[in-house]
Amino acid sequence: MIEQRPSVSRRNLLLKAGIALNAIAAALIGIPVLGFVISNITGRKKEETWISLGPLSQFPESETRMAVYRNPFTRPWDGETAQIPCWVRHVEGEKFQVFAINCTHLGCPVRWFPDSRLFLCPCHGGAFYEDGSRASGPPPRGLFEYKYKVENGSLFILGGHLPTLAEPLSTSNRQCPGAPGAKSELIQIRGTTRPC
Amino acid sequence: MLKSIAQWLEERLHLVKLFEATAGHKVPRSTNSWFYVFGSGTLLCFVIQIVTGICLAFVYVPSTDHAWTSLQYLNHEQYLGWFLRAVHNWGSNFMVAIMSLHLAQTFLFGAYKFPRELTWVSGCFLFLCTLGMSFTGQVLRFDQDAYWGLGIGASIMGRVPFAGGLMVHLLLAGPIIAGETLSRFFTLHVFVIPGLIIALVSLHLRLVLTKGVNEYPTPGVAVNRATYVHEYEERLHKDGVPFVPHVIGKDLIFSAFLMVAICACALVFGPAGPGGPPNPTLIHTLPKPDFYFLAVFAALALLPAYLETFLLLVAPVLGIAVLFALPFISGTGEKSYRRRPIAILAVILAFLTLGLLAWLGSYSPWSPRMEAWSSLATPEQFLEGRTPLELQGALLIQSKQCRNCHSLGGEGGMRGPALDAVANRLTADQLVRQIIQGGGNMPAYAKNLKPAEVAALVAFMRTLRPSFEPPARDSTIPATREARR
Repeated sequence: MIEQRPSVSRRNLLLKAGIALNAIAAALIGIPVLGFVISNITGRKKEETWISLGPLSQFPESETRMAVYRNPFTRPWDGETAQIPCWVRHVEGEKFQVFAINCTHLGCPVRWFPDSRLFLCPCHGGAFYEDGSRASGPPPRGLFEYKYKVENGSLFILGGHLPTLAEPLSTSNRQCPGAPGAKSELIQIRGTTRPC
Repeated sequence: MLKSIAQWLEERLHLVKLFEATAGHKVPRSTNSWFYVFGSGTLLCFVIQIVTGICLAFVYVPSTDHAWTSLQYLNHEQYLGWFLRAVHNWGSNFMVAIMSLHLAQTFLFGAYKFPRELTWVSGCFLFLCTLGMSFTGQVLRFDQDAYWGLGIGASIMGRVPFAGGLMVHLLLAGPIIAGETLSRFFTLHVFVIPGLIIALVSLHLRLVLTKGVNEYPTPGVAVNRATYVHEYEERLHKDGVPFVPHVIGKDLIFSAFLMVAICACALVFGPAGPGGPPNPTLIHTLPKPDFYFLAVFAALALLPAYLETFLLLVAPVLGIAVLFALPFISGTGEKSYRRRPIAILAVILAFLTLGLLAWLGSYSPWSPRMEAWSSLATPEQFLEGRTPLELQGALLIQSKQCRNCHSLGGEGGMRGPALDAVANRLTADQLVRQIIQGGGNMPAYAKNLKPAEVAALVAFMRTLRPSFEPPARDSTIPATREARR
């Protein structure tokens, strides 16, 4: 009868060492790969900055005009996509409203119609009043509004990301209708779900 | 001489064994049917996509700066570039269509039942991967539709509770649609998903070999876990024929027709787009997805708001879960569609729903016609014999963009009701109320119309009725008194 082999044979040891070495080598490559992939999630910071929209003279009082700014977090190969449009409503004096171009329903570009003083969305027919509040259609809330400031005769907005329902723009400096000191600008006919 | 070369190769490659184990494997004679050609048809489409895709990748530049230009170059400068783009586009359309038929056929023939659960599950994954290819491919055609389509995708992701922001970030590869977004979709479309598809197709085919092709079901013969495998083996033994050359004929003929059809569509209809350049500041656009997502596009317009987020996020998950769970829910029993009326109804319902929604999506009656107010004149018949006040109203109906949503004489938006006979439906008071307060899907115009303008608009709209029909009137006011008013 052949005696039972010892539990660690030469072949066995080589196999185990081989697997261990490969695991270490795989980790050497795998960990950086994982880090590269995961950096997408962990490297995510609040990417917002003040962006100039140009001198106030571009925005005549009580008119709403399109302004274009360059996305502050650009890559050299962005091309035209770095040009982001927005709607600037000059209410009066230094009072402005700056709306994101994206409809709050599904992000399509809303268009301003000065005659009917409405923003209309071409995709599913959402409509917004001139103050950005929801007028009708499927949008769940009013237009996304940028925080703004006026400095040295120029209009600045706080922006840098695509506004969605999950991450709307930074709380705007516009007072909510009904809040103390706020002038109610519009008869609220239908209950809007504008987060105020 | 030839024989000796063949012999030499056979000794080294064991081709006969390989053939017997794969293409020459035995299948039930009953599978020699025109219903069994959709799987190979889908695979053929995939091969066409790979070949044309590789060719296109020689020229295409996956950068937001140059993608659109390189597509134009492919269309107009590159020798036969337009044709390859067209074949790639039509190949994808056919792939989705044929794969849907394959799914319906295997469902109706009970092919998902024991012991072919994994075949079905891998097929479901392939279905999802193919839809993923469709969406990512649409983005690579980097034009206005692609840009705003990404915005739509991000907005849908943004509705996911808690993880919404993160998912938007992952989808766009950053906080906003920019350079890295397109690179991400290029990687998915060209490396990740095709790699997955190749792996899954291998698994799918391996399972077809190990578990056999589903026999043509006989009504009344139920699948029984205890006996099925034995019965199938017996069937193969008694009545089995090698797939090649006995059964492949119909697949070959179908494949040939398919290729001709794809080429014909490519030649006749040409490549798809690119549409306008992907410049976000050019907002005069009507973003619309390709046909496979038109149904979703339509559902998003038609769903009531309170159901939207729920259906958008939960319904697809539920639908996919049911699809995957099917073989585990009803893994045995009757296979033939002749004894499964609910299965037939389910397929008809699914195709009707998707077809109807896609058809609606193709002309999207809910979208305002953004140029109607300035491009469509008020038809003459609505202006004849009107008073100056009424004509003033006719002017306002143009200048206040009413026509964007309301049609006159069959032209204009379809978002709101046609105004041709509005005076038959609404009294003057109701018209005033509707204009000032809005309601339904109409914004309120109280702030944007002066009282005199409202009066003119209503005066004009009161004339909008067929001449032989009386106008609507308030039933609480006696007709004689109203006539005096």
